[in-house]
Amino acid sequence: MTTLTTLRPDLQLIADWVAPASRVLDLGCGEGELLAWLQQHKQVKGYGVDFDVNNVVRCVKAGVNAIQGDLEAGLAEFEDQRFEHVVLSQTIQAMQHTEEILLEMLRVGREAIVTFPNFGYWQNRWQILQGHMPVSETIPYQWYNTPNIHWCMLGDFESLCAKNHIRVLERVVMDQGKRVSFLPNLRGSLAFYRVGRG
Amino acid sequence: MSNLSSSVGIVTPQHADFSTPLPLNSGHVLASYRLTFETYGTLNAARSNGILICHALSGHHHVAGRYSADDKAAGWWDNMVGPGKPIDTNRFFVVGVNNLGGCHGSSGPSSIDPDCGQPWGSRFPVVTVPDWVTAQARLADRLGIDRWAAVIGGSLGGMQALQWSIDYPDRIAHALVIASAPKLSAQNIAFNDVARQAIITDPDFLGGDFYAHGTIPRRGLRLARMLGHITYLSDDGMGEKFGRMLRSGEYQFGYDVEFEIESYLRYQGDKFSDYFDANTYLLMTKALDYFDPAKDYGGDLVAALKKATASFLVASFTSDWRFSPERSRETVKALIAAGKRVCYGEIESVHGHDAFLMTDQPYVDLMQAYLDRVAEEVNA
Repeated sequence: MTTLTTLRPDLQLIADWVAPASRVLDLGCGEGELLAWLQQHKQVKGYGVDFDVNNVVRCVKAGVNAIQGDLEAGLAEFEDQRFEHVVLSQTIQAMQHTEEILLEMLRVGREAIVTFPNFGYWQNRWQILQGHMPVSETIPYQWYNTPNIHWCMLGDFESLCAKNHIRVLERVVMDQGKRVSFLPNLRGSLAFYRVGRG
Repeated sequence: MSNLSSSVGIVTPQHADFSTPLPLNSGHVLASYRLTFETYGTLNAARSNGILICHALSGHHHVAGRYSADDKAAGWWDNMVGPGKPIDTNRFFVVGVNNLGGCHGSSGPSSIDPDCGQPWGSRFPVVTVPDWVTAQARLADRLGIDRWAAVIGGSLGGMQALQWSIDYPDRIAHALVIASAPKLSAQNIAFNDVARQAIITDPDFLGGDFYAHGTIPRRGLRLARMLGHITYLSDDGMGEKFGRMLRSGEYQFGYDVEFEIESYLRYQGDKFSDYFDANTYLLMTKALDYFDPAKDYGGDLVAALKKATASFLVASFTSDWRFSPERSRETVKALIAAGKRVCYGEIESVHGHDAFLMTDQPYVDLMQAYLDRVAEEVNA
C-alpha cells in the first residue's frame, strides 16, 4: 500500500472538512484516494461505494474498504445515521435520482459533503453566449457524450436544500485549485457544500 | 495478470485421526474421526501465513495440483491456488480439508465405523457448518496454526468462512465469502429436497445402508446432480453453450438424448454417480439447509457478527441465481451494520453459480488484490 502525501486540491478541501477518527462514507469513491488519505492522516474509518468493479479492485489495492453498488438504487446497505460524513464528489450532476441521493446521504450520515461543477461559471456562460454547450476542465465532455444530466448553479443547489429543509453549513467555491469569494457563482468552477439537518 | 498456468505440482493427501470426542449440533457425539487434507506451500516461522480453503457441496481436500504426472484432472481450485496465482503458494501455506461426512477420505457415511467394522451408512450423524468449523479448528491445532491469515470458500464453503469469523473470532484474520448467502431461501431448500427425494426414493438406496448390499442409488444421485447442475449455470450461459443444438441435427421424435444440453446433463450425472456417495450428498444438502448463524441471535445477523474481528471480502456474480448478489448484499449489509471491515465485489459473469470456480478477469483481479493485502498484513 502506498503512502499518500498530497491530495488533489478539491479532495484536500473535502478532507479538511472531515473530523479526525470519524466514520466516512465516500460515494462514487473511484480509486479510493480520498479515503486512503483520510485513513492514513485522520484515522477515519469508512467505506467507499463505486459502480465499477475495477475501481473496487483499485480501492482494495489502496487499502480502502469498497462496496460495489449503484447509487441510483439508494443506500440500502447502510443503516440510518451510521456515518459522520457522507461524501459525494462531482457525481450529483450525473445522477438520475439527484434529490433521492441527497436525502439518502442525510439518512445514513449526520453531514453530507457535496461537490459539483458550477454551471454558472463565467466560461460556461461565455461558451453558451457563443452558441455552444460548455466544455472545460471541470466539464470535459461534449453534449452528446456527457454523463452529466442535471446541471445546476449555486443557487439551484441551495434551493433544493431549502426545499428539503436541509441546512447549508459551509460553502466553498474554487477555480483552478484556488478559493473564490468574490462573485462565486460567476468566478467559481467547482462548488463544495457541507450540509446537514442540524 | 498472474500466471494461471503454474501449478503446485504433484501432491499427496494426508490424514489426521482425532480421538477427542466431537459433540455435534444434533446432540450426537462423534467418538473419533479422521480428516483427510492436503497442504501446499510452507508454513512460515511465525505460523501466520496459513490459509484454509473450505469446499462446497461436492468438493473435497484436493484443491490444487495432481496426484501423478499423468493425472488428467487437477484439484478443483487449481486455477486460483498455486505459485503466482491469487492464493499464492509461494507466500501462503494453503490447507484443503475434506469435511466430516464427506466421501473422499474423511469420516463419513461411506467410511468404516470403528465400533462395528461396517460402513456408517444411515448411522452417520447429520453434521452442520458449525460442526465442520469445530473439526477444522482441531485440524488447525494439529498443524500448529493459531490464527488463519484467511479462511476462503465459495458457496457452502463461504458459509464456513463466515461461521469461522463468528465462532473463532481470534483465529481468523480474513474471511473470503464468495457466491454465498447468510442462509438458504425457501427456493434453495426446495431444490435440495428434490435432490434428496431423488436419492431416498431410489430402490437401491435401501434406507442409506446400500453398501452391504453391493448396490448404489445411481439413478437418484444422477438426478440430484442433474438438477443441481441446472441451478449452477445461468440461463444465458447455458443458452450460449448449448442453445437448442441437436446431436444429430434432426428431431428423432423419441425420448433418447437429442438436445446437447440433455447429453451434457446426463454425462455430468453419470460421472458424478460413479464417484460421489449418496449419503454424503444428503448430508451436505442438509448442512446447507440448516446453516443460519443468526438463528442463535433471534434471527439478527448483525448481532451474530458483532464479535467477529476478521476483515471480509464478499463477492457475488451477476448471473448466479442459486446464491444471487442480493443474498451476498444481505451479508454485506449486516457486516457494515456491525461495523466490520468489508469489501464487496459484484462480478459480471455469464457462468451462474459456477462462476466462483471460473476465472472472469475482474474476479481474479479482486482476489489477487485482496490476497495481496492479506499477505502484506501477515508478512507472508
